[in-house]
Amino acid sequence: MPGSADLTALWITLQLAAVSTLILLVLGTPLAWWLARTQWRFRFVVEAMVALPLVLPPTVLGFYLLIALGPEGPIGGLMEALGGQPLAFTFSGLVIGSVVYSLPFVVQPLQNAFSAVGRRPMEVAATLRASPLDRFFTVAVPLAAPGFLTAAVLGFAHTLGEFGVVLMIGGNIPGSTQVVSIAVYDHVEALDYTSAHWLSGGLLLMSMLMLMAVYALNRRFLVVRL
Amino acid sequence: MSIELAFRLDRGDFSLDLSLALPGAGVSAVFGPSGCGKTTLLRIMAGLERLAVGHLRVGGRTWQDVNQFVPPHQRAVGYVFQEPSLFPHRSVEGNLRYGLRRSQGSGDSARLEQSIELLGIRHLLARRPHQLSGGEQQRVAIARALAMEPALLLLDEPLAGLDQERRGEILPYLERLHRELVLPMVYVSHSREEVARLADHLVLMDAGRVQAEGALTDVFARLDLAIAGQPGAETVLEGVVDDYDPRDGVVRVNSDAGPLHAVLGQMETGQPVRLQVQARDVSVALTAPQDSSILNVMPARIEDLAEQGTGHVMLRLRVGDTVLLARVSRRSARELSLAPGLEVHAQVKSVALLG
Repeated sequence: MPGSADLTALWITLQLAAVSTLILLVLGTPLAWWLARTQWRFRFVVEAMVALPLVLPPTVLGFYLLIALGPEGPIGGLMEALGGQPLAFTFSGLVIGSVVYSLPFVVQPLQNAFSAVGRRPMEVAATLRASPLDRFFTVAVPLAAPGFLTAAVLGFAHTLGEFGVVLMIGGNIPGSTQVVSIAVYDHVEALDYTSAHWLSGGLLLMSMLMLMAVYALNRRFLVVRL
Repeated sequence: MSIELAFRLDRGDFSLDLSLALPGAGVSAVFGPSGCGKTTLLRIMAGLERLAVGHLRVGGRTWQDVNQFVPPHQRAVGYVFQEPSLFPHRSVEGNLRYGLRRSQGSGDSARLEQSIELLGIRHLLARRPHQLSGGEQQRVAIARALAMEPALLLLDEPLAGLDQERRGEILPYLERLHRELVLPMVYVSHSREEVARLADHLVLMDAGRVQAEGALTDVFARLDLAIAGQPGAETVLEGVVDDYDPRDGVVRVNSDAGPLHAVLGQMETGQPVRLQVQARDVSVALTAPQDSSILNVMPARIEDLAEQGTGHVMLRLRVGDTVLLARVSRRSARELSLAPGLEVHAQVKSVALLG
């Protein structure tokens, strides 16, 4: 059986994934909408930036985030100037790191879904007296619903599995910033294979179930391609 | 009430530059080849083409000019797109109520009921759009636009995506709207048949410009335009059924051109009808023909004539209050010395009922 430290790590991991996914959906939706609709010729620059976490080694991403969030960095420094704490080695810091790390997994499915909706339904809604915000929520969002499901599950699942970024900016503080993936690493280091099995198996099962749910629900609409 | 507009739009490979005054009632058809800017014109009127510069006034309200641009959702317009464009995530009734709930008028369901009735879609209300045929979807889309009680109904080739059979299924509904509503409609089409059946006013477009506009009958009869030179050239006449003879099915219609007789089958006296006379079914004689099998012979005066190819001449005849096209052989025209101003007798061999 997993020990209480492992259960805490699992709880922190789930909290981290849930909070990050929520923030990603709030931030990613307008960004994806803009990317799907804009005719700006430098759109590709923004798209490349969003996709960067897909290719960058997590340690590199984590390193830059550590610098930015630390007391000397722009974000950490700002937090200190405002009377707060620097964000490195805190749960909030982990959330920021996860949001950056999982951004493409949320923005890209949403962008694809919004592109697939196209302009016509929005024009139809406009001629039916719906204001821009009204037609976004009553037409674009329902029609892009499969994209939202995909984005939420991928964002959540991807955050569950992050390792490098968390290690760099969160340290490995049990009960505060230690997540499952790092706890597994510690168990293996300590040759405690039983605990490593419990945690790894649990994560594997959870990820598999979530992905099966996405693919099953999306079968009627569009299959996730990344 | 009338609709006045003037717009310019430049998109590199395509430019549009036109000014129009359309009647505030009845159907104005915008007719022209594909790519001539018909759809763009409708989109401009609905406010969907922001880059168009110009002005639009509908019944005294300004929708667009130099100082203002009323966004599409604040224009009292109904728009029927070429493809039905129903919201797939809503039932038929949900689609109908979407615009109704957002339009200025109270949420009164009388107009909704009327739209459902006019388009004959009551049995479809609970269905989902994907369960409907293309024709049914388009009827729902028309009802959805009508339910909002728009000041202007714009229809962008609503039948173009349908096969012949479905078209025949929807045309009667459109004719019914035309008969029963005072609502002005702008109907974009490249089908001469639809225009002949529905339009009162006709705008001919080509390459982003207006070629001609006016009452349907007048524009159809203008010999300087290509439209009268086509093989199917025809005259459209409005009239009222005056008499029906049950012995042989002959109906007498009081038309702008005078009384016309045609074998149309049983019809109610007083019923308004729209008739079509093909130019090739009209001939002329210098003296009133005796003992002819032709039912309709009317005094007429030649107003204009134009040669058609090597063998034919198209005549525009003044008959009663209207004009009639007649297509005769060039030899007959020469032997009878047909010329503008000449008084003749027009013989109409056959009259067809439109719709």
